[in-house]
Amino acid sequence: MTQTKIDGRAKTREIKRKANLNLLERLYLPEIFKGLSITFRQIFKPKFTFEYPDVKWQPPASFRGRPVLVVDDETGVERCVACGLCARVCPALAIEVVADETELDKERYPKKFEINMLRCIYCGLCEEVCPEEAIVMSKEYELVFTSREEAIFGKDKLLTPASKLKDRLEFLRKMR
Amino acid sequence: MAKITIDGKTVEVKDGLTILQAAQEIGIDIPHFCYHPALSIAGNCRMCLVEVEKMPKLAIACATRVIDGMVVYTQSEKVKKARQAVLEFILINHPLDCPICDEAGECKLQNYTYIYGPGHSRFEEEKAHKPKRVPLGPNIVLDVERCIMCSRCVRFFDEIVKDPQLTFTQRGDRVVLTTFPGKRVDNPYSMNIIDICPVGALTSKDFRFKERTWNMTAVESVCPGCARGCNVYLWVRNNQILRITPRVNLEVNRYWMCDYGRFTYKPVNSDDRIKNPMIKVNGELVETDWEIAVETAASILKSVKPDEVAVLGSAYATNEDNYLLQKFAKSVLKTKYVDFLRHVKDGDEDNFLIRADKTPNSYGAYLVGVRSNNGFGFNEIVEGLRTKKFKVVYVMDDDIVLNDEIYSLLDEVKVIVHATNKNKTVEKADVVFASASFAEKEGTFTNFEGRVQKINIAVLPKDYEPWMLYKPRKFGEVKPNTGEINKANLALSRLFKFGTQFDRWASGERRNVKPSWWVIMQVANKLGAKFTYASSSDVFKEISETIREFKGLSYDLIGDEGAMINKN
Repeated sequence: MTQTKIDGRAKTREIKRKANLNLLERLYLPEIFKGLSITFRQIFKPKFTFEYPDVKWQPPASFRGRPVLVVDDETGVERCVACGLCARVCPALAIEVVADETELDKERYPKKFEINMLRCIYCGLCEEVCPEEAIVMSKEYELVFTSREEAIFGKDKLLTPASKLKDRLEFLRKMR
Repeated sequence: MAKITIDGKTVEVKDGLTILQAAQEIGIDIPHFCYHPALSIAGNCRMCLVEVEKMPKLAIACATRVIDGMVVYTQSEKVKKARQAVLEFILINHPLDCPICDEAGECKLQNYTYIYGPGHSRFEEEKAHKPKRVPLGPNIVLDVERCIMCSRCVRFFDEIVKDPQLTFTQRGDRVVLTTFPGKRVDNPYSMNIIDICPVGALTSKDFRFKERTWNMTAVESVCPGCARGCNVYLWVRNNQILRITPRVNLEVNRYWMCDYGRFTYKPVNSDDRIKNPMIKVNGELVETDWEIAVETAASILKSVKPDEVAVLGSAYATNEDNYLLQKFAKSVLKTKYVDFLRHVKDGDEDNFLIRADKTPNSYGAYLVGVRSNNGFGFNEIVEGLRTKKFKVVYVMDDDIVLNDEIYSLLDEVKVIVHATNKNKTVEKADVVFASASFAEKEGTFTNFEGRVQKINIAVLPKDYEPWMLYKPRKFGEVKPNTGEINKANLALSRLFKFGTQFDRWASGERRNVKPSWWVIMQVANKLGAKFTYASSSDVFKEISETIREFKGLSYDLIGDEGAMINKN
């Protein structure tokens, strides 16, 4: 059989096909019933789908959902010191950090921290590079926006108390 | 001459050089903190230890002079171990501040630890705690914990500006860098210690936490603060200049610049910038496009007779702008009244860098022909305004309103002005051309000695795209002749390179500004001239062909270091 010229070069290649079907196969109907019986058997087996969105899947600690900023439980401020390493390592250039000075001991805090969720590819490199364990991947996987502006998450959406991220923080400590 | 062998390379060097300098000459970098080519040798950091044959112990390369027949090893096992030991020792009390430290990315300690360090610490005790965030003066913040006692800053004040302002007190791990009791660091050159500090102990108050070094693009330029024309880098992020640092040029500013010069970027970013060309409609300036502004200016100039127009060039504008302005005045407008204003602050100068002439290009403006011929200068122009001799005043890149009298005299005439920022002359203008500032155009300045130096586009005007300007740069490349890390070779900020119109971090303001030579060309061509310059280098080519002092010069020849004019 001759393949059509896609890349401009003529190419001939044999396409191998199972030849000489037997009579039953050629009759078609037996095969149909075979397939239907497989489908039918599934009805009596246990279900493994969820009735989303009424029932929601709880991801394991290793799941990489949308990145969030950790707010320390004791101090009530974000751990982030705006060092910009997450922005530097981000392969999709999703993160922008603008730093400013604070009176706190950490000296530096993010005046602005924005993640463009249209750019984010959930690779988790920001979490891996963070020297303060300040940005971690949450379990959140439901992201809906209706405009480009909405897809840029500022500090208001990113700040999350550490108590809500216990699973992930423990997982990170274990994997270190 | 002494013949020495460094790492198997035999080389002949001048007597009196140190091993470190000899190594730099052949491109071998020996790590060091306290050595600086412009300062005396302190030899206190011990980072530059090298192995010399027939010497019983390792020797410091910065203070050991070369001897004929010397054999030096900079990469032997013994040297590597010594470097690791020195770094481990320095890092004992150096805080792990890199994530919050402004120096990160251009820090000698960080780089050397990465290249030569042991990679781990054996120190488990509590680090020494010292004052942090100490304001040393109006422009500098000191973090004593980060200081590694290299004494570069102390020596800078003692030796370069000869105004001792810093010293060490106490000893051992309690040593503290401090000012003398009750004194502040307020020398006009004080901010140089921020640049020479090998770690982040001394940081700039103005630049503090503004941006990480690797997010910025450094562009070679020339400081517009005075007639010295110090070579500088403009550090740009999101189309805004964030800081200015000196660029080494041993003929002009060596390694230094003054504090005043570091703030010359403020007008470029400021809110009073003129962002679009404007014309006066019913007594009020309204923004318009270039076509209409040029058309309006041409129609004003069409009706005037020769010598009814006064033309003022500028010592703030480039050679190219001034050249084309005087050509336009003499060949198209046919006026004798051509001059520029000098901005000299008598007494405000020293014998180091700062000049009394506060403009970058007064010599250049004079040379290319913006000068008064026998009584047709600025004073005569003002006199002419008094006697209502003029119908039009054409001002380029300067504010000619020196007093209230001139301010009211400008009511009587039509005023066409090129301006970067709003000023008194703009208030009186009929046509305002939005002029590119020194950071937004290409061109040359001629400093007071007659050195022609090039400025480059750092902040993008509306009609430029990043790829039109930048050449790829390598990260952290070492300039062998200085041993300092060449900051211009930092990677081109990738945020800037890959930003799209939908990214907020790439949406920095682009102003609709044009270099003055381009505007003059448009106006002249509307009045019947045939100027065909495609770029400022075309204008400079014509300057080099017509002006005697500029004969033989070209942008290639000027390069990064500048070139002298022919004085004879």
